[in-house]
Amino acid sequence: MWQVVVIWLIAVLCSAGAMAESAPIRIGITPAIVYDEYLLMMDLRHYLEKKIGRIVELVPRNSYRETIDLLKRDRLDFAWVSAYPYVYLHHNLQIRLLAAPVLHGRADISAYLIVPAGDKITTGLPQLKGKFFAYADPYSCTGYLVPRYELRQAGQDVATFFAKTFYTLGHKKLIQAVASGLADGAYVDSFVWDSLAAMEPVLIAQTRIAARSKGCGPPPFVASRKVSEREFNALRGVLLEMAKDPEGFRLLKRLNMDGFTVGDPKAYAEVARIMRFMGEI
Amino acid sequence: MNPLDLSFRHKIPLWGSVLVVITAVAVSVTLMVQTYEELEEDLAINMGTLARVLTPQLFHAILRDDVWKAYELVRMPLRETATPDPHVDEIENIVVVDNALRVFVAAHPMAARMRTRLEDIGPDYAIVAARLKSADGAEAGIIHASGSSRMFFHTPLVEGKAKLGVLLIVVPEGTVLPRFLAIARYGGVAGALILCVLLPFNWYWGRRMAEPLVQLTQRMREVGRQLPEKLDPTLYTHRDELGSLFQTYNKMLVELGEKEELERQIVQSDRLAALGQLAAGVAHEINNPLGGMLMAIDTLKSQTVTDARTAKTIALLERGLDQIKETVGALLVEAKLKSRNLSGSDIEDVLVLVLPQVHKKALHLDWHNDVDGETPLPATLVRQVLINLLLNAVHAAEYQGQVACRVRVDGGMLRMVVANDGKLLSTEQMSHLFEPFSPLSEDGHGLGLWVSYQIAHQLGGVIGASRSTGCMQFSVELPMGSG
Repeated sequence: MWQVVVIWLIAVLCSAGAMAESAPIRIGITPAIVYDEYLLMMDLRHYLEKKIGRIVELVPRNSYRETIDLLKRDRLDFAWVSAYPYVYLHHNLQIRLLAAPVLHGRADISAYLIVPAGDKITTGLPQLKGKFFAYADPYSCTGYLVPRYELRQAGQDVATFFAKTFYTLGHKKLIQAVASGLADGAYVDSFVWDSLAAMEPVLIAQTRIAARSKGCGPPPFVASRKVSEREFNALRGVLLEMAKDPEGFRLLKRLNMDGFTVGDPKAYAEVARIMRFMGEI
Repeated sequence: MNPLDLSFRHKIPLWGSVLVVITAVAVSVTLMVQTYEELEEDLAINMGTLARVLTPQLFHAILRDDVWKAYELVRMPLRETATPDPHVDEIENIVVVDNALRVFVAAHPMAARMRTRLEDIGPDYAIVAARLKSADGAEAGIIHASGSSRMFFHTPLVEGKAKLGVLLIVVPEGTVLPRFLAIARYGGVAGALILCVLLPFNWYWGRRMAEPLVQLTQRMREVGRQLPEKLDPTLYTHRDELGSLFQTYNKMLVELGEKEELERQIVQSDRLAALGQLAAGVAHEINNPLGGMLMAIDTLKSQTVTDARTAKTIALLERGLDQIKETVGALLVEAKLKSRNLSGSDIEDVLVLVLPQVHKKALHLDWHNDVDGETPLPATLVRQVLINLLLNAVHAAEYQGQVACRVRVDGGMLRMVVANDGKLLSTEQMSHLFEPFSPLSEDGHGLGLWVSYQIAHQLGGVIGASRSTGCMQFSVELPMGSG
């Protein structure tokens, strides 16, 4: 209960403006990245605090919905989200693009349709009709929007196509669901799958990529509309310089990233188109 | 052979061993059965606890149709392996079914796919489904499907009066067995170690109990044929029934020996008495004609003048008849002769008489004469006996050997003891000691001890010989006043 009070107090202080500089910077973290490694997150926080000279609070949330709500209610200054929340919030003019990660030298990422390793037949979504399918999050681009869009394009009824669907809230859990056989298939972010291939090869070996499709762009770092220009530039500066700094570079390696760019809102235009097509915005 | 007829030497240790082994096995089996039951109880308690922890959260997961949450919950108690290993994993699977008995989620989804009807999973699951449909499903319990290798711990997912499904924890039937066998193995090793200590101890103790009995039995068998040896008292030193049996046996042996000795003495004394009568009879028969013959020779010598040759023949006859008279006289001990009473100086006179012989052999003579004043015993006869015994002792003693002589009056008896450290007599020699013409006598006619025996006997006393601690001892006891 006291945490809620503290969050409320901080929100009040942040809106006070003059006091904002001394208050901690709150950054929302989502399953868009491999976020459930405590030590890595602690090191990232320390790094940012050192570079910005302000106290940094990382606010991890399991579902995109919670992070979206926190941003909407000005409880966060920044957030590292995925394409869907970005487009959704940007559409409502509630956030600005701060930076975008460069992953494996590419500005965009793709989506993998994965099936259990024992399934040697499936080569595409249509073969999974009447099976069990796992979604990442109702606000996920790759893990929710992409398969539904693909089915709609193929003229299928997304409500009845699968025998049963469920949400795992996270791409790693999607992989676990498919590996265990609980789900017959799932769309996962290639970034997460590739990162885990190195970190947890046993888990990854229990799955197989059945198909690849166009992804949703790298998970963007966004800033709340209430963040001052100074704060915005301070964090963006740190992120853009990270690859050049030895300590920052080591952190990026652990995050399986190459660095940050200022990001291009156009990279998410396709996602926005799909979302409009699906009636999400 | 009937095993009950076996010697105690084998029977006591064998029975002991059998009892020890039976006890060890009985205790072990009891403990093992108890352990097995406790292990099964533990398993049921563990599964009950697990079900209580999972039930409320699973209830809400089903309520929200949150498959992933339910999967994470049922997955938690299991090891992170792709396929279960029945030898390691206590829990084979955890299955959550809805009220229609369709799988909602399973910890191993491959083994129980979502939405599958429970009876379609396998034959034992079909039995479980049938039981759950009956009243069993309303409460938690264990289902042992017959012919199945699995146990099913089932718990209804209820909150208040609402029931959303059933939680099934599937455990292999033999899950308790490996742990039980491990415990049983430790128990077996401990039992074997205890037996290793108890069995040799029992064997030793049994033999120790049986050995005295066995020896006693062997000795008792000899009684009647010959006098058996004494039992070694160190063989059994305790004061229980066996110990007192030992004592009684040894006491009986002493009494048997005394009886035998007594019988031997009676036989000897009877023989000597018969010999005495015979000798006396023969002596009288000889003495009468001998007296006539000697008188005739006297008459012949005094009345007739004979030639030298006849005189020589008469002299020869006279010497021969004298020798016969002497010998017969010696054989015929006449104790009824009137004699003066014995005094201390008579005993001392004997010492004077034998001293030359003692000095000749350089013997050490231990002399004690306690006779003081007169005693009512015939001095001549007593002196004769003492001289006989002393001369025998001096003769038997080794050069520079020891001879002891004690004479004293005690309790109305004159007691004389003469001992020497010479060669001991054999049992055979001892039994013919007091007979006339003893072969032991090398230079005399062998009548010394015969005469002594006759005197002692006629004076109402006893004479005896014994061997003790390397010396021969002759003792005479004469009642005073008998002369």
